[in-house]
Amino acid sequence: MGAYETQGFKLDNSGKRMVVDPICRIEGHLRVEVNLDSNNVIRNAVSTGTMWRGLEVILKGRDPRDAWAFTERICGVCTGTHALTSVRAVEDALGIQIPENANTIRNLMQLNLYIHDHLVHFYHLHALDWVDVVSALSADPKRTSELAQSISNWPLSSPGYFRDLQNRLKKFVESGQLGPFMNGYWGNPAYKLPPEANLMAVAHYLEALDFQKEIVKVHTIFGGKNPHPNWLVGGVPCPINVHDTGAVGALNMERLNLVKSIIDRCKEFVEQVYIPDLLAIASFYKGWLYGGGLSSQNVLSYGDIPEKANDYSPANLLLPRGAIVGGDLKTVHPVDLKDPAQIQEFVSHSWYKYADESKGLHPFDGVTEPNYKPEGKNFKGTRTKIEQLDEEAKYSWLKAPRWKGHAMEVGCLSRMLLGYVQPKQYPFIKDTIDAVLKKLDVPVTALFSTLGRTAARGIETLYCADLQVRQFDKLMAAIKAGDTATANISKWDPATWPKQANGAGFTEAPRGALGHWIKIKDTKIDNYQCVVPTTWNGSPRDPKGQIGAFEASLMNTPLAKADQPLEILRTIHSFDPCLACSTHVMSPDGAELATVKVR
Amino acid sequence: MNSKDTEVLVLGIGNLLWADEGFGVRCVEALAAGWTLPPGVSVMDGGTQGLALLPYIQAARRLLVFDAIDYGLPPGTLKVVEGDEVPRFMGVKKMSLHQTGFQEVLMAAEMTAQPPEELVLIGVQPEELEDYGGSLRPIVRERVADALALALARLEAWGFPARPTAEPVALNDGSLAIERYEAERPSAEAACRIGDARFLPCIGT
Repeated sequence: MGAYETQGFKLDNSGKRMVVDPICRIEGHLRVEVNLDSNNVIRNAVSTGTMWRGLEVILKGRDPRDAWAFTERICGVCTGTHALTSVRAVEDALGIQIPENANTIRNLMQLNLYIHDHLVHFYHLHALDWVDVVSALSADPKRTSELAQSISNWPLSSPGYFRDLQNRLKKFVESGQLGPFMNGYWGNPAYKLPPEANLMAVAHYLEALDFQKEIVKVHTIFGGKNPHPNWLVGGVPCPINVHDTGAVGALNMERLNLVKSIIDRCKEFVEQVYIPDLLAIASFYKGWLYGGGLSSQNVLSYGDIPEKANDYSPANLLLPRGAIVGGDLKTVHPVDLKDPAQIQEFVSHSWYKYADESKGLHPFDGVTEPNYKPEGKNFKGTRTKIEQLDEEAKYSWLKAPRWKGHAMEVGCLSRMLLGYVQPKQYPFIKDTIDAVLKKLDVPVTALFSTLGRTAARGIETLYCADLQVRQFDKLMAAIKAGDTATANISKWDPATWPKQANGAGFTEAPRGALGHWIKIKDTKIDNYQCVVPTTWNGSPRDPKGQIGAFEASLMNTPLAKADQPLEILRTIHSFDPCLACSTHVMSPDGAELATVKVR
Repeated sequence: MNSKDTEVLVLGIGNLLWADEGFGVRCVEALAAGWTLPPGVSVMDGGTQGLALLPYIQAARRLLVFDAIDYGLPPGTLKVVEGDEVPRFMGVKKMSLHQTGFQEVLMAAEMTAQPPEELVLIGVQPEELEDYGGSLRPIVRERVADALALALARLEAWGFPARPTAEPVALNDGSLAIERYEAERPSAEAACRIGDARFLPCIGT
């Protein structure tokens, strides 16, 4: 293969190889290898998940009604999303209809998770790819205050506030305790913000950390506890009892009022802090429009947030569902999780074994048989210590999912693009994107970039904050009208189930399309497969040599400094990758694997 | 800024799907099941969560953590570490993703000027982590009671004595309770029990 062309990208692995491992700053584990040409431009990219995923096999023979509790444990980030996907899969298999209130409460939990997850991502997992913490130390607090006040009415903006914060930061740096700030290439020329913008962003980094404590209360109220809320096949486990004042677990007026106040504060924080920061930071980076990858060609979303219960058709979904292929923005293709010809996973470049690896398998027929063989003519290292992978052989623990044979990007940019091209159904998305593009004075094609992905996440957060208000109002209206049903247990008893049943459950996790496929036989789980968002985006190559979204997104990006992978981290982080799904990493010395040690 | 709603947070962390990695979670489950704790003490299964645990840690005056830690000691050894030593122990020999995450969380509590005033880590040296879908090994499972005794003594010293309870509280869904978790596990033939050779040296040779 050597050099070849695929999906409009010219891959050439003849240049200097650079290994970046691990690539996630806080959560997850992922490795990337790239080849640079003599101008330090990426001409080949190889993304590999360094862990084996297979919660499926733990579930064989167990009770389908329990699956959510196990799937909630596979990810360190999106616990509730997996649980929701799981109960939907079981409900789909058994034909269980859930009450309207259960749907609304699930929507509220999911929207709340989006806002929480996107905020944490922007400020704590991604901002430091754009914001230089050390530069913030040289900012003028008075000018920082002027900057902050020029872009937002957020009250924490006085010169004294920023001065105190800067002093705290200085103390932290001087004590050698940089903590999460230790991981950075401070001073790299790819950082473009003036010191004042850096200081403002660091202030909001800390404010967002603090704001989390409000957001998480919503899951505790609806899910009974956090960080592993309770779920229920057939509805939600929290009864509504508005006349009650203190029963454990019941939703009463006091708790609903608390939810309302948190929802309002979420909206306020997103509108007055997140979005202004995003626009301010983006305005300094709009000349850096790399990282689009597959987004201008193929995007996929399963959709989520059903307005009415039990209707998962695209017209009823407040987060859009569909696929765009070949950059044809005029056509939104319908997506069917149960069509064996649509979603298929390939393993020709993955450490698994299929009888015929030229073909893909639909998740209903999914096979997870490990076949760990790091090899190939360019492979260097040993089974336990890989120095360099050979992308022409098997090279990843991730399978390669494809939609009708196409590699797809999933996640916030995909969802926002699908909304943008359907303005009648999604006017909020269309209008907000247009307003952001106008404010930054960039064309619509600027969306197809790392920055576009990061902006799409912010726009989506704004949309979700708005949806949250409307879903809450809907819940209150239903309760006032006397509807307090939250669960349908008519099919709880396995004696009511058919001998065999298949179901597919989906959500849009914050980081992209998430599907669970279940086969139930004699009331037990016979097969259970998950395809998680980072498997789509981080996918290795397929039998045709097609590259996945991560690999595509790195192509043709120049590095400002060849020994500092800042631009690589920036682009991969923009996907909000999460390989924590079912992971366990045992590394005697974490950094040992790294060729370029990510600081 | 330092508003502390919780006097003591007892937190179990780790992944109960990975054999001895489940130690921390099993400890808090046992605590909730066997003991009535005085007001001001809360018990939490933190799982493999990272930053999502920050709000609870910020709100706690004292933090007591159960976890499986690679101290380089014989399997089943319990070791208590306190104060500034804790992050160091949780970072040097990382056994799973959650430990990197948890170190960051402690640092974030520090940065937001709301760290716990006291911090105690009760860790066990695991025997087996490579058994995906497996449960605690006997030598580690036996230590749960000892770890609880250490925790109860510490709670008492802090002025929060616990009493044995007649009404056990189930911290997690019944399907995850250790007895059912173990009894309903699929067979080795049905469920592949190996993982990534670079991290799981058992198949790396």
